[in-house]
Amino acid sequence: MSTSVLFDVPGPRARARARLYTIISAVVLVAIAAGVVWKLYDAGQLTYDKWEVFVTPQYIVVILVDGLLVTLQMAFFSIIFAVVFGLVFGLGKLSDHRVIRWPSWLVVEFFRAVPVLILIIFVFYLLSIGGGPLSKFWCVVVALTLYNGSVLAEVFRAGVLAVPKGQAEAAYAIGMRKTQVLWIIQLPQAVKVMLPALISQCVVALKDTSLGYYIVAPGLTAVGRSIYLEFQNQVPTAIVLAVLYIAANLVLTFIAGLLQRRLIGEKRPVLDVAVAGISDRDTGRA
Amino acid sequence: MEAVFGNFDVYLAGFGLTIGLAVVSGVLSLLLGLLLAAARVGPVPVLARAAGLYVTLFRNTPLLVVFIFIAIALPRIGITFQSIEVIAVGDYNVSAFFVRAVVALTLYTSAFVCEAIRSGINAVPVGQAEAARAIGLDFGQVMRLVVLPQAARAVVPPMASVFIALTKNTSIAAAFGIAEAAATMRRFTNDNADQRVEIFLLVALGYIVIVEAIAFSSYALERRWKVAR
Repeated sequence: MSTSVLFDVPGPRARARARLYTIISAVVLVAIAAGVVWKLYDAGQLTYDKWEVFVTPQYIVVILVDGLLVTLQMAFFSIIFAVVFGLVFGLGKLSDHRVIRWPSWLVVEFFRAVPVLILIIFVFYLLSIGGGPLSKFWCVVVALTLYNGSVLAEVFRAGVLAVPKGQAEAAYAIGMRKTQVLWIIQLPQAVKVMLPALISQCVVALKDTSLGYYIVAPGLTAVGRSIYLEFQNQVPTAIVLAVLYIAANLVLTFIAGLLQRRLIGEKRPVLDVAVAGISDRDTGRA
Repeated sequence: MEAVFGNFDVYLAGFGLTIGLAVVSGVLSLLLGLLLAAARVGPVPVLARAAGLYVTLFRNTPLLVVFIFIAIALPRIGITFQSIEVIAVGDYNVSAFFVRAVVALTLYTSAFVCEAIRSGINAVPVGQAEAARAIGLDFGQVMRLVVLPQAARAVVPPMASVFIALTKNTSIAAAFGIAEAAATMRRFTNDNADQRVEIFLLVALGYIVIVEAIAFSSYALERRWKVAR
């Protein structure tokens, strides 16, 4: 911790003070936790019949298959399509031709600035309601693709730009063409840099699938809604939903960590800095 | 077009609510986020652990689920925020829906504010603090004169991204009974399905204006605070 730089090694009095603070804050935190549990108990939320749904096998299957699995599928398709979208427009932004560069810039900037929810509403009204071709599931996927694709376009662009210039120059010098330089030299090196940002975008996409709630699209939140409307157990349902989402995201983050160590090794590449600011895991996008 | 321009007051009221939500929860989450960040980098391990847990929990929960907690689950155990409705700001009574949205947005956003501040403090090179200690400054002086001013500069860009995300996130309040911009868009589209593209573009334009305003002020602030290194 950097605090050791800021002051001297604590003496006996400072250590005693730190112990005192530790005890006080621990007591306060335990009191808060106990208060929450008491409030839930007092409001009758900890009774068996409120939680019965979540230990009934049929409902567990519904929650996992109609809820979690559908949500994961939504996130999966969104990310796959978003990678394609991002590649097209990210490389479009790097194009030497103004006709390609400017429209790509416009598309990316537009979808990055617009909230995903109004994209979902728009796609729903444009392509689904009143006999449109898309189901609600695909409405969410399309909207998430547009948004995450635009973010990934920026990530790809920054990743390619972060590859040292000499690499491309050397490739041109041995006679490679523009596409060859891009696909054989620049992109493979850029992938390493982009991996963390790509992974965080997967978490963002997974969280954003919950927005389908507003157009009553299938998924975890929809299953949750039908459960609490039927059993009137809003509090336990909310807790279970949160736990499922958190677990899914933590597993995803863990797998990402493994993948990253496998591909890159423990050392974080120096180029990280170039791309770090772009992904919006750390900004709180839904 | 006339679906929006014929009801331009509704459109403006929608964005008024969006901005109101963003500003109120922005200020509150800045405060809560500062407290969390202080706990997280501070010397008391229990608090650091607790703040870390808070950040992990809220960063991995979708905002919509936080909203379900505050707006649907809490009223079931008697926490409705209804008592706040007697307070009036100007001619308007504060609505419980607004308060719930602010609470949800604040709880969620403060986790990200905490991370932004922490990254800002970590961005100050260790040598700065070491040099300050070497010329004999005490802890308060080191923080006040050397570390925090530099951290504040480093925090501007990530904080701007957090506030941009917050502005876009206010749209989720639409699903919980608030007639802000996204809900207004849905209402317009319901009434005039034939003009859905124009309605979408106009609402999107409103968001883009807000987002760009935040981005430009962040850029201006960054330029103004920039120091030669």
